[in-house]
Amino acid sequence: MPPDPESTTEAPESGPIPAVEPAADAPTPKPTDKSGKRWSMRPRLIDPERRKQVVGGKSAILCVDNVSVSFDGFKAITDLTLILERGELRCLIGPNGAGKTTLMDIITGKTKPDSGTVFMPHDARDLTQLKEYEIAELGICRKFQRPTVFAGHTVYENMELALQGNKGVWNSLFFRLSADQKKNIEQILEQIGLHEHAATRAGQLAHGQKQWLEIGMLLAQNPKVLLVDEPIAGMTHQETERTAELLKSLAGERTVVVVEHDMEFVRSIAQKVTVLHEGKVLAEGSIDAVQANPRVIEVYLGEKRT
Amino acid sequence: MNAEPAVGLKALHTKRGWLALGAAALVFVVLVPVLSLGFPASSPLHLPDYLIALLGKFLCYSIVALAIDLIWGFTGILSLGHGVFFALGGYAMGMYLMLSIGAQGVYKSALPDFMVFLDWKELPWFWKGFDNLSVALVAALVVPGLLAFAFGYFAFRSRIRGVYFSIITQALTYALMLLFFRNETGFGGNNGLTDFKSLYGYDLHQPSTKVALYVMSAVALLLTYLLCRYIVTSNAGRVLRAIRDAESRAMFVGFNPTNYKLFAWTLSAVLCGLAGALYVPQVGIINPSEMQPANSIEMGIWVAVGGRATLFGAILGAFLVNGMRSFFTAAMPNAWLYILGALFIAVTLFFPDGVAGALGRLKRKT
Repeated sequence: MPPDPESTTEAPESGPIPAVEPAADAPTPKPTDKSGKRWSMRPRLIDPERRKQVVGGKSAILCVDNVSVSFDGFKAITDLTLILERGELRCLIGPNGAGKTTLMDIITGKTKPDSGTVFMPHDARDLTQLKEYEIAELGICRKFQRPTVFAGHTVYENMELALQGNKGVWNSLFFRLSADQKKNIEQILEQIGLHEHAATRAGQLAHGQKQWLEIGMLLAQNPKVLLVDEPIAGMTHQETERTAELLKSLAGERTVVVVEHDMEFVRSIAQKVTVLHEGKVLAEGSIDAVQANPRVIEVYLGEKRT
Repeated sequence: MNAEPAVGLKALHTKRGWLALGAAALVFVVLVPVLSLGFPASSPLHLPDYLIALLGKFLCYSIVALAIDLIWGFTGILSLGHGVFFALGGYAMGMYLMLSIGAQGVYKSALPDFMVFLDWKELPWFWKGFDNLSVALVAALVVPGLLAFAFGYFAFRSRIRGVYFSIITQALTYALMLLFFRNETGFGGNNGLTDFKSLYGYDLHQPSTKVALYVMSAVALLLTYLLCRYIVTSNAGRVLRAIRDAESRAMFVGFNPTNYKLFAWTLSAVLCGLAGALYVPQVGIINPSEMQPANSIEMGIWVAVGGRATLFGAILGAFLVNGMRSFFTAAMPNAWLYILGALFIAVTLFFPDGVAGALGRLKRKT
């Protein structure tokens, strides 16, 4: 579903996805029964057999199972399956429009897929049925491309907000940092290199520092899976290097997924690379194997070389 | 650099802040009453009764200003309908005062005069129980709170925000004003509730009663201030500001903005109800004109003039604008609305962060 609520108000009877001005040659939208299913009929829980089947023998942390989504008839993602293993550092690459951001949107609950499920193997819940903050509570955190730290708050306050366990109003009113939590904040600030800037207002940080602070805020929530969207866009060379170090230091304990265009950067951090193309997984493997893959070369270097 | 937040009383204010607050409390809670009651009317030190009444009103307005600052300054939601909550609190208190007139009214009936006038034979059901002061006080807080909660629940859940929300609050206050204007609604229609004689057995026309009400308002303002101060310095206050500055980010950090907005909004309405309940016995009347849309807008102007998101600026603004209003409506009655408009424009252009913000900048320069 497109996130814009206004466009859903005048949904045509013909399909689940409203088209403001449907192009004459656009493919017919899917029949209504499917959209009905999306909200009411789909099970909120996923059968353990199916989970076992998808996971295989791997120590998976997050599975995207056969997900498809289309916007106004455009298939952004088609039958995509992706299994993230515990503690790995995965890079997602692919040309523009390959579905990288849509995939992130689906995992974090911003976009609801037309079909397919997303789940964590130890948990039967279907993540596509949960709200964004519920998914965040499960330990799946996303860092957006543009840093969106709380500009009016100090670095420390930003961390404090991120660290609070129960996010309810009542708890916020009486929240006090424990000694452990203070130590935790110190540790994270050290890790992201902002220890000296604890009392600085986040709005006054340099671009790269804001990105690190945001990663730090995600770390404060102790995520199991960290999704990072184009972390080095707009960074200086030095900042890029530090970011690579930071991301590498995070993997192992957590699963880190990085979406990135910059192949040099990908090469400097990646253990395993997944190439998306037209909403499908085109190739998966080590950076060298992927770069040698003829289909990947075709997609990246030219559309159809005949 | 030590960025760790202070704990306990230190978190609310610095030592100097507490001293200033204590001094202000001393002046308003102790000095003013002493000057009023402790000296005979002939003494030059005596504070005239009208000044007590005026200050009492300003204190109630200041509570409203704090309530608006909480929801507008800190949460970024501009309400142009807070007059409604103020008036509802006032009406709840007015109903009690009305019933405690008893048979001393013009028509010598146990029913309030306007009901006799309308030829009603008994109290409507929603007036029952209001002969009890504690019922009236609870209603003064709960009724505005419930209305705000219901209204806010649907508005925030539907993600109505910004100017759309402000316009709906205008509609809310306007609609309720029309409702209360009707005689059949049962709140005295056009004239509202007035002619009060006594509160809990104390004669409302006695200077001592007036001073007592004034002191209660001052204490209520002090407590409201401390409560708001506690909230805005807690993590909840940080979340409110985070919602104001980057709502989607707050959501991704795991805070549900709807709940936080609803909390601040409802609390804000309850505080307005409290202010209304303290206001009515001091001015002796409550009628639907309190719900005029323009009234609620003016409440917003108090906060804008004083400075948003500072709390003390809101109090400053309430005193400043209302002080000017008292002066100008006496000195040149026709010019007041123009002056108010000019004031608002001037503040928006030259002091976007209000008087408090301008003072803060001055302090940093020196």
